[in-house]
Amino acid sequence: MTELSEAIPVPSVPSGLMGEPSASGRFGDFGGVYVPETLIGPCQELDQAFRSAWGDPIFREELNSLLATYAGRPSPLSECLNLSKELGVRVLLKREDLNHTGSHKINNVLGQALLANRMGKTSLVAETGAGQHGVATATAAALFGMDCVVYMGSVDIARQELNVFRMRLLGAEVRSAESGSGTLKDAVNEAMRHWVSVSESSHYCLGSVMGPHPYPWMVREFQRVIGDEARHQSAELLDGGVPDVVVASVGGGSNAAGIFTGFVDTAAQLVGVEPAGGAAISRGVPGIVHGSRSYLLQDEWGQVQEAESISAGLDYPGVGPEHSHLAATGRAVYKQVTDSEVIEAFTLLARTEGIICALECAHALAWVSRARSELQGSTVLLNLSGRGDKDVAQMMGLLG
Amino acid sequence: MNIEPGRCGRLEQALRHRRDAGGKCLVPYLTGGLGDDWLQTVCAAAAAGADAIEVGVPFSDPVMDGITIQQANEKALAQGATPQRILSELRSVVTDIGVPVAVMTYANIAHHMGYERFASSLADAGVSGCILPDLPLEEVGEWAGCARSAEIETVLLASPTASEKRLQMVCERSRGFVYGVGLLGVTGVRSELSESATRTAARLKKLTDRPVLVGVGVGTPEQAAAVCEAADGAVVGSAIVARMLAGAGPEGVAELISEFRAALD
Repeated sequence: MTELSEAIPVPSVPSGLMGEPSASGRFGDFGGVYVPETLIGPCQELDQAFRSAWGDPIFREELNSLLATYAGRPSPLSECLNLSKELGVRVLLKREDLNHTGSHKINNVLGQALLANRMGKTSLVAETGAGQHGVATATAAALFGMDCVVYMGSVDIARQELNVFRMRLLGAEVRSAESGSGTLKDAVNEAMRHWVSVSESSHYCLGSVMGPHPYPWMVREFQRVIGDEARHQSAELLDGGVPDVVVASVGGGSNAAGIFTGFVDTAAQLVGVEPAGGAAISRGVPGIVHGSRSYLLQDEWGQVQEAESISAGLDYPGVGPEHSHLAATGRAVYKQVTDSEVIEAFTLLARTEGIICALECAHALAWVSRARSELQGSTVLLNLSGRGDKDVAQMMGLLG
Repeated sequence: MNIEPGRCGRLEQALRHRRDAGGKCLVPYLTGGLGDDWLQTVCAAAAAGADAIEVGVPFSDPVMDGITIQQANEKALAQGATPQRILSELRSVVTDIGVPVAVMTYANIAHHMGYERFASSLADAGVSGCILPDLPLEEVGEWAGCARSAEIETVLLASPTASEKRLQMVCERSRGFVYGVGLLGVTGVRSELSESATRTAARLKKLTDRPVLVGVGVGTPEQAAAVCEAADGAVVGSAIVARMLAGAGPEGVAELISEFRAALD
């Protein structure tokens, strides 16, 4: 693949975006390090450790090797002939669903676990919503021989039994976050509360491009492999060109950040798709929660509101700060789709291409399907961030 | 570092007054808007010997708080507590209770209203100080400027694991008092006082003349007395809020505060 990038020149538009955050951990007006004093030390320690590791060719080599031999990278790019014919839009899928553990989450957790190991930490703490990030973290912990504690909202535990069992099978301890709404945001609160007291021996393995600095930056860097690969793969397919549109679903925004990184300096239009019930960018206003300033769903007094989406993985009232910056600068646009459009897209992909995708990435396809008339004749690269096995039971209840 | 008592704010004056008279400061934390009688509880707490009162304005995601204060937050929010309502109710008693009030909440409550407007609404309500635990040194600047203009004292937290240099910066920039965090963890009563509580207090005392109070994990009168061997005073939250949640009422809470007062005197 390296050879390919040298062989085929790709049009490049300098954007100055998606680089390192500012010294204060910001992307424009968003980000920062809004944590209690007791977490400043751990955040600073992590920032230094990540900078040193990311600049170390040995670390990069180790991570690349893990991604190749354990996670199964590179993930392929699939051209969807049937779907393209039906929509009148040329659709390319970046197949993160084919990774080990079934989603892009593994890219980030392998990076963080390797880093935690390098920092001398002996355990991982994570939050999880639907359970995908929890499963990925438990997987990495098993691989590295580390202890693992996963916080999961009590409501999510009840509706994602299978993933809870998977995590336990992998040797992780799943702890119920009982407070608040019992969903992802409460699991983040609990994980942060726990981390304060155990940070000396534990690394907080945050699952998305959110949280205090350095997380939004670090997680994006661990996910940029998606965009880097896709850039070369699409150049090969498009005769050195880039897709007209790059689209991905956005909850916290890690899969979108990962694929956008590969195209932010091109002419490709970047589109993030949020669930209508959790559309932080489209419907929120800037706020501060979980360590950073970003768009956030909140009430008139600044109390954080609960998101509501068919996909538990996008059930988050905030969004990563870099997405807020990309939205504010206009470099990326953010659209919303409804649950019923998502179900339609989910079945459309299964029927036309034989791929049962996660409900999360069905959001991205739902937008493509809705916008098909304006996209006629163009080439769209869609990040298929995960497989749909986990959602089949839920779909059976809805469609059965 | 020598600040004339006359030039510092009301909160700091009150705490200095107690300390300089050879006493130890007691600052209880009460959740604003919790139950119909929370305001009477504030008054009763002042009468029972508090040197200042910390009033919590509930937030949906209190990441620094343990289970007791989380539950109090949730209950108060369910009962319709809003920053505006809490402040306007406080205003009705604040001049009568005779001790300064500091509001404790999270950054988003202030950010959502706008830092300037939030600071001036604290001032309008007669509040003297403010604690926003998720605004560390790196982020506190903008808020601190607005607070200063409204003559609100911004109390900063000091972590037990912070470097000497960082503690010094916290001491320099904190107003009212320096809030030493007793342990690496969230608010809540523990069976024993962490040894980091007294150690942090002693480190801070060497760096500043400003009153040094320790909170988080100070849950019994004995623990408060023990931490005050090094500190100028104690902040007591969860133990008191647990009483409020248990429905002890103003008298029940006042009784507990009297016990803390007696242990410190």
